[in-house]
Amino acid sequence: MEEKIKAKIMDEKKIMRAFQRMAVEILENNRVVENLVLIGIQKKGVFVAERIKKLIAEMENIDLPTGILDITLFRDDLHKHEQQPVIRKTEINFSVEDKDIVLIDDVLFTGRTIRAAMDSIFELGRPASVQLAVFIDRGHRELPISPDYKGKYLPTSRRERVNVMLKETDDIDQVLIMEPTRF
Amino acid sequence: MGDYIFSQNHLLGIDHLSDKDIDTILETAESFVEISTRDVKKVPALKGKTVVNLFFENSTRTRSSFEIAAKRLSADLINFNSSVSSLKKGESLRDTVLTLEAMNPNIIVIRHSASGSPLYLTTFAKSSIVNAGDGFHEHPTQALLDALTMKQVFKTIRGLRVAIVGDILHSRVARSNIILHSKMGNEVSIIGPPSLVPREFEKMGAKVHYNIEDGVKNADVVMMLRVQSERGAGNYFPSIREYRKHFAINRKVFKCAKKSAILMHPGPINRDVEIDNTLADSDKSYILQQVTNGIAVRMAVLYLLKGDFNEPIN
Repeated sequence: MEEKIKAKIMDEKKIMRAFQRMAVEILENNRVVENLVLIGIQKKGVFVAERIKKLIAEMENIDLPTGILDITLFRDDLHKHEQQPVIRKTEINFSVEDKDIVLIDDVLFTGRTIRAAMDSIFELGRPASVQLAVFIDRGHRELPISPDYKGKYLPTSRRERVNVMLKETDDIDQVLIMEPTRF
Repeated sequence: MGDYIFSQNHLLGIDHLSDKDIDTILETAESFVEISTRDVKKVPALKGKTVVNLFFENSTRTRSSFEIAAKRLSADLINFNSSVSSLKKGESLRDTVLTLEAMNPNIIVIRHSASGSPLYLTTFAKSSIVNAGDGFHEHPTQALLDALTMKQVFKTIRGLRVAIVGDILHSRVARSNIILHSKMGNEVSIIGPPSLVPREFEKMGAKVHYNIEDGVKNADVVMMLRVQSERGAGNYFPSIREYRKHFAINRKVFKCAKKSAILMHPGPINRDVEIDNTLADSDKSYILQQVTNGIAVRMAVLYLLKGDFNEPIN
């Protein structure tokens, strides 16, 4: 599907401020950080998690354990695809048992990814709590899921796509709304 | 979300795969390795799918490896054992498969002594067919798990020198490996007595050696094959003692390979026949890691095929 840029929503500066606010809110909400861990969802959530981890390290001088989660095998639409989606690595080098987990993704849309992520995490153990941090909340939820921390709420239409571009993967920090060129 | 790339409906042999397909299977398998290290070794990816293990030859490791792979993906699994089946009562392969297919499985994993039987199944079966070894033809998942093991050690599956020693003639493992490494642009040497290493294999891109020290020279991987006495390999050389003298791997011969070289064997091993007892247990030996990787590779194959390409016609 071809698409074009509809609007540029955030630039590097705005993205940086949003990340800082999210990091502060996570610290405010979790007075005890001993059990706090971050888990980024493949793929962009991994880099969002890394940014937040780095900011928290700068502010509080603590190095939060950070994991990588691929939810593909827990998706609810696996049977619908002609071909199978690519599996990426899951790398959680700590026990999730009794941890306060902050689950991190770039865009929150239907909520189905988060449902899959929670199922996946509970296969690994029983965390004390799971919180959700997303960089963009674009609405259109299909499940009773809402973020505890968000960089920005961005109402969109369903046919649009939110593209969170980060230096780690796209060489630039910006958030774009894309729309299809044809219907 | 995500890129869709694997387009094979069956896994009949390495010959049918492109190098990109091989890369995709290996990358997928690398992600599956982690699942087997968890406390709960199960993901719901193939929930509601049925896998049939259809084995017409004795096999413990390959069959259980497929079984564990299917179960860790939450698929349902039927083991069909030919020795207690209706085949003994005279049913043909085609009728056996059609009967099983009437129960709507998604994937049929077949091992059969007739080369080409998996391909034959695809002419009438609706399920995805996975070749778990057919006669003297191919054993693709073994070559793929060997490749995964090499990739884990050398961080790449290209630019390697692979030496395969033993009964090449009767070995489907050797054939699948030779094809795979030719596709990946690796150098393959095959070593053994002339009766078990015919010159015809040079057409597949392998270099033939009759002297083991020459053959393994500068190799990254030395892969030993079992002396398959049940396939009559004993008729191809005068005695086990003589075979061992010329074609067994020991520390002295292994030193001819690169310093970083690894030793592999598809198993089951005949200790002190083709492989020196202490070398098999040394840190150069990746034989057990191969077995572990077999599960990840078979999970990747079952996941990528899924067996939904052709819905039954009602």
